[in-house]
Amino acid sequence: MSFAEYRELINDGDTAIVFLGHDSMFPITVQHGSQTQTKYGVIRHSTDLVGKKFGSKVTCSKGGWVYILHPTPELWTINLPHRTQILYSTDISIITMMLELKPGSVVCESGTGSGSLSHAIIRSVAPTGHLYTVEFHQQRAEKAMEEFRQHKVDHLVTVKNQDVCKNGFGVSHVADAVFLDIPSPWEAISHAKEALKHEGGRICSFSPCIEQVQRTCLALEEHGFTEVSTLEILLRVYDVRTVSLSVPDLGRPADNQTSSDVNEKSKQSPAPQQGTALFKSGVSPRETVGHTGYLTFATKSLF
Amino acid sequence: MEESVPDRGQLIAESDYVVLKREEVYKAVQVQRRKKIIFEKQWIHLDNAIGKHYGTTFEITSGGNLEPKIKVVAATELKEAGADNRNIVDDGKSQKLTRDDIEALKEKGIKGQEIVQHLIENSTTFRDKTEFAQEKYIKKKKKKYDAAITIVKPSTRILSMMYYAREPGKICNLRYDTLAQLLTLGNIYAGSKVIVMETCAGLVLGSVMERMGGFGSVIQMYPGGGPVRAATDCFGFPKSFYKNLYEFPLSKVENLVSGTFSSQTLVSGIDDVPADEDSNGLASEKQDVEEESSSATEMETVTDTSTQNPPDLMESSSETTDNHQKGQKSEKKQLVVEKKRKQDERRKKESEAAVLLQHRNADGLIVASRFHPTPVVLSLLEFVAPSRPFVVYCQYKEPLLECYTKLREKGAVINLKLSETWLRNYQVLPNRSHPKLVMSGGGGYILHGITVVKEASKSKTSGQEKVDEPLAKKAKVEELES
Repeated sequence: MSFAEYRELINDGDTAIVFLGHDSMFPITVQHGSQTQTKYGVIRHSTDLVGKKFGSKVTCSKGGWVYILHPTPELWTINLPHRTQILYSTDISIITMMLELKPGSVVCESGTGSGSLSHAIIRSVAPTGHLYTVEFHQQRAEKAMEEFRQHKVDHLVTVKNQDVCKNGFGVSHVADAVFLDIPSPWEAISHAKEALKHEGGRICSFSPCIEQVQRTCLALEEHGFTEVSTLEILLRVYDVRTVSLSVPDLGRPADNQTSSDVNEKSKQSPAPQQGTALFKSGVSPRETVGHTGYLTFATKSLF
Repeated sequence: MEESVPDRGQLIAESDYVVLKREEVYKAVQVQRRKKIIFEKQWIHLDNAIGKHYGTTFEITSGGNLEPKIKVVAATELKEAGADNRNIVDDGKSQKLTRDDIEALKEKGIKGQEIVQHLIENSTTFRDKTEFAQEKYIKKKKKKYDAAITIVKPSTRILSMMYYAREPGKICNLRYDTLAQLLTLGNIYAGSKVIVMETCAGLVLGSVMERMGGFGSVIQMYPGGGPVRAATDCFGFPKSFYKNLYEFPLSKVENLVSGTFSSQTLVSGIDDVPADEDSNGLASEKQDVEEESSSATEMETVTDTSTQNPPDLMESSSETTDNHQKGQKSEKKQLVVEKKRKQDERRKKESEAAVLLQHRNADGLIVASRFHPTPVVLSLLEFVAPSRPFVVYCQYKEPLLECYTKLREKGAVINLKLSETWLRNYQVLPNRSHPKLVMSGGGGYILHGITVVKEASKSKTSGQEKVDEPLAKKAKVEELES
């Protein structure tokens, strides 16, 4: 297992995702002799997990079962232990594309936070690229490094514990892309420019408030960045449901009520009191995320 | 500019695939000497761009030649400005220059920037406009008279934005943020083995190839006579990227699943129907000619679209068909030999793809086509290993609702999600920040999930609903849904 390489079988020391069903899952570290409690009973790592295929169904002690999944940055994002607010896959996907990340890209990031975006960046730039990530909070920086080791991607990432606004990224003219998720990104723009390659590169800044975006855009223009553009991406999820709407009694004879698209059950039943019409629908949840942050992108060009 | 010596990959070279950019408008072209290209109603030659750095901005001079634009700091001083527009009357006479005057200026070959300056000086209302309105006026005039073209390197970002703006029909209205979702949710990265089934001109294929950087393998499943890769070519990938690109006809998937494939290829590969590609008129034209010339030998033409079809976003001169007909017999013979070689090569690649598929251990599946997704997904998931993501794009929501239901019935998939993204662009200017335009509905829908190990006993009872839910859980789910 590695976050940057698929494996077929589960090994001792792997990170795996236990899937209980319906958005309910959690990460575990597979260890010989270790046990994990779930609401369906206990999972014994040595017998239930090691040597099995990722994607297998594992029966727990109470007879219930779970699936064991191969970790991916996307699964990690929804299961990781939060140390900060994190970026979710919807924002991550557009960041990755707009920063033009691909194998071999060198990327600078700050702050590391909980490492949600970091894992996605590492996955995209592997095996020949590198991530330089800067986190001013010492504990968070150490924790992130520990996770990267655990996930076997530490050779693709360097974590620095310093203040990016004061000390920059610790590298110069090596990066193809820079990502900023800090409270005052405008203070880090000059460092970002320094980190980017001479021939240019892309930059992205994530900010929840429009005032932050304003100051960042001004700073970007002052430093000669071009193609400055701000956007926002929103995820709409749909529950797939079969909805039945009852057909009102309009005083017509029963035969006319049952049209072709009316429920089969009511046809079968001898005396339908009232017809119902069945249809499949993608239903929006009552509440959804309305705002995560504004994403500001820009290009540093050679001239 | 500094001591850095950018590597040669950063210089525009002849036969490079590049993208022309003017404001927010893009166009993909191949750099060729002495070739006229039309872009934004202007004829241009790219000869002068050769040897310049990517990212260079050019001005168009007489005869359509390009000349690197020297950045001039705007000399316009915005000193006087009005507070509001209460005294500004639209009498249509505020501009003292007439249309003819402007045309005359243009003909004299005066730089665009100076024309804009003239327009400002001859506008009686300019001084009364607010500072913001003045800025807007200048911006508008600059766009018209002071246009510059930037030549950039192709990338998924640029090509997907270009296709969505220019030819959304060719890519099933796949908006660029939706494509970004496909790549991330599909966990596309170097070293994996990915199955791609698309009818998006090869844009999705290209974006997958970019993310894989030449590591791992991509198997493209194609409908009809051959894969369409017009957009893929625009990426200008190195040849090495194509080594691990395989293609396999959708029409033979059933044979592959049922295990009757190998005999099929040896005997009836020749029965292939010639390519039927609506978006590649040039290719079929050429093919017709080839067919004629080789009819005596009863050889079947096989178009190798990856090498023969020019990207359809470029105006490329069609092959002079006369040459073929006037050709010598030896030439014909050579053509036949060449064709045989290509056909053999293609068949070899096809059986290689078949072997790769038959391992049934692909690391992901991406479907984005104009076809109904359900049968495609149900068949192709057979080739994907357990615990791997799959992503299905469709322009419409309804087919994905059905696909969702069918997948649940079939089982062996979990965490099914149906979603859509909305994209909102912003204008950010001091005191003038607001959303630009809302894009919604038009970007398409995505169904994604994760494969799991199929259970032998359950697969027989696939007709039952919710086979992947245990009884204890099922009760709970119904509670939730009711």
